[in-house]
Parts: sequence; C-alpha cells; structure tokens
Amino acid sequence: MRSSQLVEKYFRTKNLPHIWCPGCSLGIATRSLVVAIDELGLDKNKTVIVSGIGCSSRAVGYLDFNTIHTTHGRALAFATGVKLANPELHVIVISGDGDASAIGGNHLIHAARRNIDLTLLIFNNNIYGMTGGQFSPTTPHAALGTTAPFGVVEQPFDLVKLAEGAGATYVARGTAFHVNPLVKYYKNAIEHKGFSMVETICICPTYYGRQNKSGTAVQMMHWLKDSFVLNTAYDKMPEEKRQGKHVYGEFVKKDLPEYVEEYVGIIERLKGEEDA
Amino acid sequence: MSKAVLMQGNWACVEGALYAGMRFYSGYPITPSTEIAELSAQKLPLYGGKFIQMEDEISGIAAAIGASISGTKSMTATSGPGFSLKQENIGYAAMTEVPLVIVNVMRVGPSTGLPTASSQADIMQARFGSHGDYPIIAVSPNSVTETFTLTVRAFNLAEKYRTPVMFLTDETIGHAREPIVLPKPGELPIYDRVQPADGEEYMPFRVEPGEIVPRMPAYGRGFRYNMSGLFHTETGFPSNSPENAQAQIDRMFAKIYDNVDDIVTYEEFELDDAELVFVTYGSTSRSVIPAIKSLRKQGYKVGMFRAITLWPSPAKQIEALAERVKHIVVAEMNRGQYLQEVARLVKGKVPVTHIGRANSEILLPSEIEALAKEVLS
Amino acid sequence: MHKEIRLTGSGGQGVILMGIILAEAAVEKGLQAIQSQSYGPEARGGASKCEVILSDQPIDFPKVLEPNILVALTQDGANKYAHGLGEDCLAIFDESVEVPENLGTKNVFSYPIIETARITLGKSIVSNIVTLGVFCELTDIYTREELLSAILQRVPKGSEVLNERAFDEGIKLVRRA
Repeated sequence: MRSSQLVEKYFRTKNLPHIWCPGCSLGIATRSLVVAIDELGLDKNKTVIVSGIGCSSRAVGYLDFNTIHTTHGRALAFATGVKLANPELHVIVISGDGDASAIGGNHLIHAARRNIDLTLLIFNNNIYGMTGGQFSPTTPHAALGTTAPFGVVEQPFDLVKLAEGAGATYVARGTAFHVNPLVKYYKNAIEHKGFSMVETICICPTYYGRQNKSGTAVQMMHWLKDSFVLNTAYDKMPEEKRQGKHVYGEFVKKDLPEYVEEYVGIIERLKGEEDA
Repeated sequence: MSKAVLMQGNWACVEGALYAGMRFYSGYPITPSTEIAELSAQKLPLYGGKFIQMEDEISGIAAAIGASISGTKSMTATSGPGFSLKQENIGYAAMTEVPLVIVNVMRVGPSTGLPTASSQADIMQARFGSHGDYPIIAVSPNSVTETFTLTVRAFNLAEKYRTPVMFLTDETIGHAREPIVLPKPGELPIYDRVQPADGEEYMPFRVEPGEIVPRMPAYGRGFRYNMSGLFHTETGFPSNSPENAQAQIDRMFAKIYDNVDDIVTYEEFELDDAELVFVTYGSTSRSVIPAIKSLRKQGYKVGMFRAITLWPSPAKQIEALAERVKHIVVAEMNRGQYLQEVARLVKGKVPVTHIGRANSEILLPSEIEALAKEVLS
Repeated sequence: MHKEIRLTGSGGQGVILMGIILAEAAVEKGLQAIQSQSYGPEARGGASKCEVILSDQPIDFPKVLEPNILVALTQDGANKYAHGLGEDCLAIFDESVEVPENLGTKNVFSYPIIETARITLGKSIVSNIVTLGVFCELTDIYTREELLSAILQRVPKGSEVLNERAFDEGIKLVRRA
C-alpha cells in the first residue's frame, strides 16, 4: 500500500501534523506498525493501542484504532485489564525506554512473566525527549544527558535480555533504519500468542544527538546502518570485527501457556463442573 | 423472606459488587482489605468474570480502569499505603470519566501505621488525594448489610456519573461478621452506563441532550476513540486551550454537584428536637447511637446526622442543621478531617466540637456521652 | 437477652472460628450477633482475641465493653485480656492457665481442655471445639443440637465425627467436675 493510502486508512488525519521533531524516527516506527497491521489484516475495531507518557506515547493520538493514552509507565497494566476483560481484542502497547523500563519497569517484567497476550513495542531513543534530554535506563554509560552533565555513571539496560530473562516468549530488536525486518518483527510479535516485545532503536537528534555530538539526523541514521548487525551474521563474525557492533534480530520465539487462555480455561472448567 | 446468614463486611462488599455486575477485579493484597481480593478470586470465574492479582497497587487500579474501558464493571480494593499509591490513576479515571469502584478498608496511618487496626483518616485523601481539581463521589457504610447495599449503589453511581467512586469502609466494619439477608436478584436497582447505539454518529466526550454524561461504548464495538489524561475536547483528543480546559473541568464538576440530591444519602437519628447533634459516618456511628440512646433516657436532647455519602458532602442538610441546633459535634476516627468540611458549612453559626482519634481504639459510647454532657452543661 | 463474649488464645488455636460458630448458631436461632477480632502480625502464636455479642435487639456498638463470658485458653491471652471483669462474669480457663489475680469475678471454671483434645481425642487442633462443649454446658444460650449443628457446618468435610466427639468431651468435662 502507498504511504498516502496507509495514512488515509490508519491515521487520524485531522490530528496531523504530529508533534515530533524533524529527524525524529518515531514516525518510521509508527509507520512500520501500521504496515504490519495492514499486512496482517487486523480489524481496526478490534485493535486497541495503549501508550504511556513520553514522545513515543503520543503516537496513539494519530492512529485510528481504539486508543488509550494512559499514565506514565502504566500502559502495560492498563492493557492487561483491556485484554483480560475482552480477550477478542488485539492489544498493542507503545512505550518509550523511560516509560517501559524506568517508571514502568515493574510492569514490563511482570507482563513478561505472566506471558499475557500483549505486544509491547518499545521505541527506544536512549533519552527522555519529552522532558528535554535527561538520561534514561538505556542511555549508554558515559553518554551525556541534562541530568548527567558529566556522563552517565550507570550501566544501561539491555531490553532484549531483560524481556527474555523476565519470561517474554517473543523478543526481537529492530532499528529505525532496517525497516523491512522491523515490519517483520512487528508482524511476528502481533501474531505471537503470549507476551511479545520488540525493541526499536530510534534516534533523537534534538536531545540525544545534540548533547552527544552525534551529528545530524542523517548521520545518526547512518550510524544505525553501520553499527547494527543482524544477530545471525554477528554470530559468524570474528571477534575483532564485533568491536563497536550492536545486534538486531529475533532472539526468543517459544510457546508457553498464555495467561488469558489459561484463565478462560479455568472459567470453562468451573462451568463444566457446575453443569455436570 | 430469605434467611439471614453471618457474613464478614469485606465479603459483603464482594457479594454486593457481584450483584451490581462486577465482572473484573484487579488489585494487590493488603491488610485489612485482602479478603476482598480473596473472595473475588474465588467467585469471579464462577460468574464468567476475571480476577487478576497485579504486581503492585498502581497496576491494580490501572488494570481495573483498562477493563472498565473494555466495557466491564470493575473494582479494586486496598488499604492505607495502597490508597496512596493508587492516587495518580484515580485522577486518570476522573479525567477520562471511567466508571470504577475503589474500595479503601481504612487502617491506621500514616505510613505503615497500625496495619491491623481501624481508622477513618483517609477522608480528605479520598476527596483530594490525586493532583489537580476534580470531583469525586465517596460513600461509607456502617454495617455489613449496608456494605452490601452501598457497594451496589457505588457501582450504580460510578456507571451513572462516569466517575471513580470511593467506597470508604474500615477495619471495624470490614472484618466484623454480622447477619445479613442477601437481596434477591431484581430487588435492588442496577444501573449500566449509557452506550451509543450501533452506527450512531458518536462524539466521545459530548453530552447528548437530556443526559448527564457522555455515552461510553465498550472498546471493540466499532467506536474507535481516544482516551487521554490530557485535557481533551469532545473528540477525545488533547487540547491546550484554556477555554477548553475550563469547559471540561466545569462539566466534570457540574455532573456531580448539579446532582447532589440524587447522589447524597444520609441517616437522621433522634434529630427532631435535638439541641446537640453528632455529625458522624461509617463505623463511628455505631459508637454514637448507643450514647444517644443513653443520653435520651437521661433527658438530654441529642441526635445524630450520619453522612452515608461523604463526597459530595450533604452540604444543604448540614447547613440546615446549623440553623436549628445549638451545638454540633463531629465524631470520627481521626484528628479532625470531616470536621473541616462541617465547620466550613456551619460557618460559625453554632459551635462545632470534635471527638476523635486514630490510635486504633475506637470511640467508646461512654466517652461520647461524657462529651455531650460537658458541651450541654 | 444481651451477652458479650470475649474469647482469647493463641493464633492458630481456632479462637476466631469458635467465635464465628457461636455467632452463626445465634443467627440460626434468629438472634442478632456481631463477631469481631483483634490480632497482631503473627499467623501462628501471639495473643489473639475474638469477640461476639449476641442479643435479641439490634446491636449498635460492635465491640465488647463488659464481657458476660470470658474464655482464655493461654496464659498470654489471660494476662492480656482477663482482668477487670464484672463480678457476674463467667470466666472459663484452660487448666494450664494461672488465673490472673485481678480477674474481678469469682465465677471461675478451669478444665483440662487442651489436654483433652491432645490426649483423649489425639488432636490438639480440636481444642476450640472441646471449648465449645464446655461453653454449651456452662451457659444456657444454646442446646447441644443448636451448637453442634453450627459446628458441623463449619468444620472440614470428613472431620464431623471427630468434632462431634470433641464437642461431647467438652460437655463431659463440665458434667464430671
């Protein structure tokens, strides 16, 4: 489908233009989601998109689905109620690195542990953009943020490992540059039965790039292109070539009992006992 | 007539909620409210409903709001610290006008306080606990039977006025077991939120003529709209306009305060010729009533006004009391919270005294009797 | 009729269940009742207190002000809650409990309740049901059948025979004395 048709079909055009800065890659991630939804043929009326607070979370206002713009960090918790109360809905959560892994980190690990059928898309730009450039749990060590004027002292989260360790049954990482695989991961995540998480590496030229002298938006996109390697290729690379490289790809794909199905199973079992 | 059964207050709350149509509960265990979660876990799947124990108090209320947006009557329950943790999302539910019942089985605070002991010290937090200006409905029962009927009413008010409703009980009533005759289906009215008809032209936050609140379709029915904690226009989408913010907040207050006569309920006891009136609520009324009975036998003209709806307060009724009695005593299990509201309404027309504490010892009828005699002498 | 009953023991002894059974048996008879409890953080051990008020009139104040009947199964419970009683108060103790000096009533009965449960019945867990037998025999609130029926509705399935025996052993303790 052409871009203009996608916009017409899935965006709330009255709410455009969006609030994102020139060069921001949140638009690419949002478009990729819409392409994935279109290719999967999801019913807009049966799809709910939930977000928290932050730049990425503003996406829901532009998307023509059932949308909920919730409180900071709590999107997964709201989404859990939406899904469990009405299992026929497809529930997708859009969250940022701060929203999902700092203030909402507890909900991330527990939604993963529960293996509830939600798809979490973390648009990770390694910075708090909405509040003006403070470091987040994914800002690299020693990088600059307005609240880390001498460099971040902490070590960053690896969101893929975090989600995997917490029990997510589908985990992938893509980037705003590698769009075709990104769309594929979004599709696989939405189709996966259980808790799925896709981290999307995004760029924030305004607040991350400027503070850290990462160059223009185009230069930052080039950095994504040059430094991210598909995991299967990375595994075959000699050690010396891995220096400075990051990986994207699908990391976890497994079947485990899904929370809502398990719960509905209990309801049906109890009903059976009552009828018997 | 059905037979009375012995039931705990917290259980009666769940039975009332199920009667009202609750089909979703999410929360986090905390004393002394935990029995509400336990019984919900046991009963909801039998009704085809859902229970989920969340990872914390915040997600406990967040999931309940999500379920209500899905079109399911939802409840969460908590106590003490948990009520503090829920405050941000209480504001979200008020702002997005999502029907929800929040039970607070009050215990002694601040902080961890006395977890197994009773208090009524969250009255002001129930009204003003979340940031910003918003209206709220709060009700408080004084018996196991009233816990049932008032829980049903809390759901009805939540649905009718599209608002979170605080159900403020306490350890005394929550853990007490008393006989209750459970109402039969159909005996109490049940109210469901108004939804738009299929295919209706729908504006998510517009009030249709003759209605109180915007219609609220369940997500998934085809009315794709946006919920946001940002100030939003009738469309549901954010707006920074001061005029819009003013109109929205005015409408939110008006839906509650223009309908106080429907929302506010209260009980009067021995008020006709009373010179001294105790204003009280919830479990403390059980200390006041025997004191009044004893004082009446001794010839003292005393009575009680029990607020069943605490917020919005029974302002008209309390203002009227101030015109006809000589003295008002506010009795509550705290150091003077509802006192502030009563004093505000009485406007100095008659003296207002307070009796209360929050150290776990409930007020004794003898203390109340002694205070009345002192005041009247 | 208005009876205020205070039951004390240690957490896990079933003191609260005892109160619930007394209240349920009263409701079954058409009386008003309220049962409440106070407890600390311990699920087992610690002094637990359970209160029951029975009346043929509506009950206003939910807590016991002046007990007509007091039961103490442990020394801790007795020390904490068995003092300053009215002179007509009926006080029932397990034999292991040293009766507090400032009890306030002379209407005192001690029986080997816990020992009966442990040795005669082989299950200390039924101490509370033995106590209910003692209670039934020493007071004229319930018939044997009324209280037994409330007990049997509350105890786990399969333990009815044991609990009926425990109840009757309690009655015997009073009759033998």
